[in-house]
Amino acid sequence: MKSQTIRRWSVVHTWTSLICTLFLLLLAVTGLPLIFHHEIDHLLGNTPELKQMPAGTPHLDLQQLVKAAEAYRPGEVMQYFGWDDDTPDGVTAIMAATAGTEPNSSHTFMLDARTGEAFETPSANGGFMMLMLRLHTDMYAGTPGMLFLGFMGVLFVVAIVSGVVLYAPFMRRLKFASVRQDKSTRVRWLDLHNLIGVVTLTWTLVVGLTGVINACADLVIAAWRNDSLAAMIAPYRDAPPLLQRAAATRLLEIAETATPGMKADFIAFPGTRFSSEHHYAVVMKGATHLTSHLLTPVLIDASNLQVTAIVDRPWYMSALVMSQPLHFGDYGGMPMKVLWAVLDVLTIIVLGSGVYLWWVRRRAARVPRGELAQ
Amino acid sequence: MKKKSQFWKTFAAPGWIALLTAIGLFAALLGDGAWDFLSWLGLGIPAVLSVRGLLGRKA
Repeated sequence: MKSQTIRRWSVVHTWTSLICTLFLLLLAVTGLPLIFHHEIDHLLGNTPELKQMPAGTPHLDLQQLVKAAEAYRPGEVMQYFGWDDDTPDGVTAIMAATAGTEPNSSHTFMLDARTGEAFETPSANGGFMMLMLRLHTDMYAGTPGMLFLGFMGVLFVVAIVSGVVLYAPFMRRLKFASVRQDKSTRVRWLDLHNLIGVVTLTWTLVVGLTGVINACADLVIAAWRNDSLAAMIAPYRDAPPLLQRAAATRLLEIAETATPGMKADFIAFPGTRFSSEHHYAVVMKGATHLTSHLLTPVLIDASNLQVTAIVDRPWYMSALVMSQPLHFGDYGGMPMKVLWAVLDVLTIIVLGSGVYLWWVRRRAARVPRGELAQ
Repeated sequence: MKKKSQFWKTFAAPGWIALLTAIGLFAALLGDGAWDFLSWLGLGIPAVLSVRGLLGRKA
């Protein structure tokens, strides 16, 4: 590589890194507890303990659960019901002042599907873990905040790529993984920066890129509403507002009949961003490991419970939903979470050593040549 | 030819590690059990190599 080329890549690496480092540190530090949010919620007592009942106790039907939720939060309306394989007898309920209320102003709690009893889930509505999550996703600045952090993620990816290019000239005379311990502190950290940076390359690229995709979630969902949903609900555009909504009782059976072999992940009640003013959307997921991340919404007319459509999932919606496990590291058991945390800490070390190396070189550049020679 | 061999001398080891990590990240999406194990292996390699470098002291 010509020295001119190296210098250019070096400028790219230095400045993309420096600009994003502070925010990447914030993301890496807040991301650490988020990897273990399930376990931390358990420890803090934020996970509802449903009553012990004989196995196979029948569940209430959906309309009874809607009634239970509405009785628990009078004056609010249903937005979502969600299911989680870890708590088969619980249903997560999300309610708000209006169906269209933005997610951060909603209230999340859990219903016992057998009794309709409501349980608070404090960490879904506030507290330490919510603080971590908000700092990690939008810094309390909504969609602009998400997009800003997404842009920092793009800079991070450019820094990684330019770092790989610069790896070649630095390692020309060195064996892989050699860390020169007998030279200066700067040389030791340079070698460590190169070693850790290059071996964690795939992980940082995947977590970086999926983070960027997740940061664009609001735009992606809006595009999906425009491209896929709009055409299907077009016939309802001039329909009068829905006054009487058909009971939710049979929604799951209707959706399961429409999509054989799939099961419900969540239900969006009419008026949310995953449904329409005139439809329930039962969002189904595949039954296999891989397809369990891919979601297929079934639109059900909320006045007569006819299936209006099974909504397409364009490629960008698949990219969004696959970006979640690949960013969260929650799909390979506890050992994966621990490795995710280790790699996260290693990323912090690469960021920190990068700033250190920049600082030392800058200082060296200011020292007169004579002093350097000794 | 000399140039090419220099490239592989530098990038052979990091390339294999990058590939194994990618296989690991993808494996756990496909299933449990052996697939999970494969992902721990793929993610374990960069973790172990890094920690070894950090702990290494002058002999």
